[in-house]
Amino acid sequence: MTDVAIVGAGIHPFGRTPGVSGRQQGAFAARAALADAGIGWSDIQFAFGGSDSAGNADALVADLGLSGIEFVNVSNGCATGGSALAMAERSIRSGAYDVGIAIGFDKHPPGAFNAEPAQYGIGDWYGETGMMLTTQFFAMKIQRYLHEHDMDPSLLSLIAAKAYRNGALNPNAWRRTPMSADEIASSAMVSDPLTKYMFCSPAEGAVALVLCRADIAHRFAPKPVILRSCVLRSRRYGTFEVFSPSLAPERTAGPSTDAALAAFEQAGIGPSEVRVAQIQDTESGAELMHMVETGLCAHGEQAGLILDGETEIGGRLPINTDGGCLANGEPIGASGLRQVHENVLQLRGTAGARQVPGEPRVGFTHVYGAPGISACTVMTT
Amino acid sequence: MTDVAALVDPSLVTIVDGELALVGSACGTCATVTFPNQTSCPRCTGADVAPHALPRDGTLWAFTVQRFAPKAPYVASGAAFVPYAVGYVNLGDEVLVESRLVTDDLASLRIGQAVRLVVEAIPADEGEAITTFAFTPVRGDER
Repeated sequence: MTDVAIVGAGIHPFGRTPGVSGRQQGAFAARAALADAGIGWSDIQFAFGGSDSAGNADALVADLGLSGIEFVNVSNGCATGGSALAMAERSIRSGAYDVGIAIGFDKHPPGAFNAEPAQYGIGDWYGETGMMLTTQFFAMKIQRYLHEHDMDPSLLSLIAAKAYRNGALNPNAWRRTPMSADEIASSAMVSDPLTKYMFCSPAEGAVALVLCRADIAHRFAPKPVILRSCVLRSRRYGTFEVFSPSLAPERTAGPSTDAALAAFEQAGIGPSEVRVAQIQDTESGAELMHMVETGLCAHGEQAGLILDGETEIGGRLPINTDGGCLANGEPIGASGLRQVHENVLQLRGTAGARQVPGEPRVGFTHVYGAPGISACTVMTT
Repeated sequence: MTDVAALVDPSLVTIVDGELALVGSACGTCATVTFPNQTSCPRCTGADVAPHALPRDGTLWAFTVQRFAPKAPYVASGAAFVPYAVGYVNLGDEVLVESRLVTDDLASLRIGQAVRLVVEAIPADEGEAITTFAFTPVRGDER
């Protein structure tokens, strides 16, 4: 099997862009990725694309060109972007294609996501009685986690403050104003113990990544990034997931742990080798828990890492260097691809003001979403 | 006696010994309990699954408070909205059920406290209140 390289990366700024459709943002990102790889749309042999609220991704061919390629629409909840990338990676690793693209874009209306119970196999009663909210799940998961591990809730404000600090260094981020931990902690309570500024918001944005066989990558990029692994996993019986009317009495490792373990194993690289990581921070508690679920540290080690500044851009384990979901918002189709885009820049050494020092050579990404799906990547220079 | 037919979804409950109980399913092969009732087992995938009345008493496993008005189809998305608590209740180590929590004092909720099944009426923006199952702290349990 051939290795897979990422040779083109393009992004449309995240946030709110009135008057520009999700699809237009997707086309913008695709053109940027193609230009970055020095190729045209006619060189693309296949595409996987996803959008949750902005129409079918393959409508993009009307903008990019009707070239007859295999274009598959991907719809996999909050892991849509990660899923598109996983399918694209497999299409090249299997030898089926040499060059392809993964695209994700979205444009959500303001306010919390409003999922329909029926789409998740749940009765209408669940929504009518006020339980069909992702925010409740995240709040209960972190509340239980803080309780079980006797951890200080003030870490939640520190994590969010880091996100906005990093977002301020990222020209493509939505929220670019730093905010103090005190301001975050004292903002309106949304779902206890999580306040308004501890949550990311549905938003807009687009990312595209051009992938190719690693042995031809030098044709496109002076410094290709190698995608060592890209693994998607869904929940097993016994995990604690969003939109669950009931749970098993005993917990099992969740899809984030399963996907991360498999991604590290397939890459032949251990979590201790990671020098830059983008992990799902739907809210700041998610970052705290996902640090452990993905194997980057052990239960209880997060507090030391955070308080010592080790998860900052200049630390030993920089996390969410582009501001994460908290500073970028969450356009579902694009969110997982944004993480990979950021690691491409970091491993190339072109991340500008937010560049991790010391020429990082190993990057990790992790996206998680409803109804209990996770996708992880390991990338190297 | 509770009017089961008036509940938001009558299939969620049953009457045992004249009192309301939630009805889930129990697997005849691996004994796994789920809620609501379903026709196959999510653990062993077997189809030898039967309806199973759940315990009425449990302990609070995790909870939060819904502080903003959810969008429709929540019945009180507008003027009728008042913050409410939801949580997971451990029912005899059989299953953890997600439920609304009825309390006059949202700040008093604690992980591990004893709770008991009740019926709650949720006032709607328009029309009559809807009734659903909920759990409420057992008086005198101040752990």
